[in-house]
Amino acid sequence: MTAAAATPTPSLALRLGLTPRHLVTAAALIAYPLLASPFWTVQIGAQILFLGVIALSLMFLAGYGGMVSLSQMTVAGCAGYMIAVIGVNSAHLGLDWPWWAAIPLAIAIAVILALLIGVISVRTGGIYTIMITLAIGVAFFYFTRQNYAIFNGHSGFAGLEPPVLLGINWRDPLPFYYLSLAVAVLSYAAVLYVSRSTFGIALQAIRDNPRRMNALGFHVNLHRVAAHGFAGFIAALGGILYVWLNGRVSPGTIDIGPVINILVIAVLGGMRHPIGPFIGALLFVLLRNFAIDLIDPERFNTLIGLTFLIIVLISPDGLLGLWEKARGWARSGGAAAGWRQKQG
Amino acid sequence: MRLFLLTIMNGFTLAALYFLVASGFTLVFGLMRNVNLAHGSLYLLGAYIGYDAADVTGSWFVGVAAGFLSMAAAGLLLQIGIFRRMEGQELRQTLVTIGISIVLADLMLAIWGGKTYQFETPDWLYGAIRLPLVRAYPIYRLALLGTAIVIGIALWLFLNRTRVGMMIRAGVDDRAMLQASGVNTQRIFAITFALGAGLAGFAGVVGGTALSIAPGEDVRYLLASLVVVIVGGMGSVTGAAIGALLIGLAETIGLAYSPTYGVVYTFLIMVAVLAIRPQGLMGRPA
Repeated sequence: MTAAAATPTPSLALRLGLTPRHLVTAAALIAYPLLASPFWTVQIGAQILFLGVIALSLMFLAGYGGMVSLSQMTVAGCAGYMIAVIGVNSAHLGLDWPWWAAIPLAIAIAVILALLIGVISVRTGGIYTIMITLAIGVAFFYFTRQNYAIFNGHSGFAGLEPPVLLGINWRDPLPFYYLSLAVAVLSYAAVLYVSRSTFGIALQAIRDNPRRMNALGFHVNLHRVAAHGFAGFIAALGGILYVWLNGRVSPGTIDIGPVINILVIAVLGGMRHPIGPFIGALLFVLLRNFAIDLIDPERFNTLIGLTFLIIVLISPDGLLGLWEKARGWARSGGAAAGWRQKQG
Repeated sequence: MRLFLLTIMNGFTLAALYFLVASGFTLVFGLMRNVNLAHGSLYLLGAYIGYDAADVTGSWFVGVAAGFLSMAAAGLLLQIGIFRRMEGQELRQTLVTIGISIVLADLMLAIWGGKTYQFETPDWLYGAIRLPLVRAYPIYRLALLGTAIVIGIALWLFLNRTRVGMMIRAGVDDRAMLQASGVNTQRIFAITFALGAGLAGFAGVVGGTALSIAPGEDVRYLLASLVVVIVGGMGSVTGAAIGALLIGLAETIGLAYSPTYGVVYTFLIMVAVLAIRPQGLMGRPA
C-alpha cells in the first residue's frame, strides 16, 4: 500500500496483487534447489509441489464448490495411467505415441473422467458426495487391479519418464523441480483466477445456497460438473508429475491409502485458501520422511492419522485456520479483544 | 447350468455377508447422518478379536460373541466419546471416522501382521451338503445365508414392532421432531451405534470364517457398505437387503463370467440407481 503511494504508476507486481510476502516466497522457492541436495530437491521439494497440486484440485472443489470429492487421486492416477498406455513404457505395452500427443490426450481423458464423476455425484449433495466419490475411487482401484487388457493388472506400467526436451533431461533433479514448481504456481494462479471469475463467484454462491441460485436462473448442476472438470484438469497435471517422478504407475498408486492421503493433505493445510494444500503437503511429506526419527517408520500411518485427527478436532480449517486464529490473537493482544477483531 | 447355479448360490451367500455389514452402516447413517467410514475397520477388528478369543477358548461361538460385543463396546465408546461432541457437523464427523480408520488399519497391521487368518468352524458346520442340481455345497455358507435371513427378520421386527425401533425409525425421518417429543435421543443414538458397530464385528467373525481375514478386507467391506447404502437408500434395512442382494449377485456373476471386468457391474448398478433414484431404491427424498 505504501509503495503504491510512493511511485506514480503502480508496478506490474502491484497490479497483479503481489506483495513483498509473495516475492520473498518466490525467491525462496527458486533458490531452494541451488542450496539443497538432490534428495531434498526431488523427494521433498518436488513431492510437496505435485502432491500440493493434486490436493489443490480437492481444495477447489471443497472450498469453493462445497463438494468434498475423494476421487481426485483417482483422476490424477487416471492421467498417469493414460501417459503409460498412450505414451512410452518400458514393456512397450502401450501405443508408444510421442509425448506431445500423449500428454494432452492423457489430460483430456482424465478431465472426461472427472466430468463423468461430476455428472454422477452432483445428483445428490452433501455427505453423499464423499460416499459416491470414495466408492468410485475404490471401484477404479479394483478395476485397474483386475483388468489386464488396458491397465496391465497388478503390475501396472514401469519406465515412465518425462521427455528429453530442449536438450534438457527433465528427469534430472533440478529441471524436474522447476517443472513441478512451474506447474504448481500456474495451478495456484489458475485456481485463484477462477475463484474470482464470474464462474467462481457463482460456484461459491451455489455452495452457500443452491436453491436461491437455482431460483435466480443459474444451472446449479452444470456449474458443479464444470468445477469437477476444472479440478480434474489440475489433478491430471499433478498426476502426470507423480508418475514421472516414480517412473511407474500401478493399482497401488490409486489405492485407498493415496486417495485418503490427498484428503488428509487438504484438511491438514486448510481448504479456505489455495495455499492450504501446499502447506498441508509440506507437513505431510516432512512427517513421512522424518517419522523415522519420531517413531517406528512402519507406524507412519498411525502418526499421520493421529495428526489428522488432532487437526480435525481442534481446527476445522486446518493449519491455515490455526494461523488465522493465532494472528487474530496476537493483533488484539489477548482473548478479551478477540471478538472485536472479528467484527472489524 | 451347474456353474450358473453355483454362482447364484455364491452370490446369495456373499449378499448375506454384505447385508450383515451394511445394515449397521445404513442404520447409523440414516439416524445420525454419520457416514462411518471406519465401518470396514470395525469389521476387520471384530474379526481379529473374535479370532483371538476363539483361539484362546477353543470355541468358535465365543469368537462370534467376542466379535459382536467388543465392537458394540467400541461403537458405544466412539458415539459417546467423540461423535456426540460434534453433532450436526456431518463433514467433521466423517473426517474423524477417516482418521480413526487410518489409525486402526495401521495398528491392526502392527498387532496381527500381514498374515491371513482362517477360523476353525465347529465340526457340524464343516463339510459339504448334497443339494439337487449343484451337487455339493459347503454347509457353512448355507448357515451364513440362514443367519443373515434370521438377523434381517430380527432387525425388521426390532425396528417395526418395538418401542425403541419405532423411535429409531422416527429419528431417521425427522430427528428434531423426535427430540421435541421428549425422547432421549442420545440414548437412541448410543443404542443404534452400538448395534451397528456390533453387527460389523459379528459379520467380521462370520465372514472371516467363510472367507478369511487379512489386511485390506476392511476396504472391501467399506466399499460394499457404501454401495449397498447408496443403492438401497439410507436408513432402510429393507433397502440394505435389496442392495446387498444386487451387489452380491453382480460381483459373483461378474467374477464367474468376465473376471477382468467384475467391478464394473457393481459400479454400473450404483450409477444406474443414482441416475433414476438418487435417494436410493428404498430411500426417501431428503
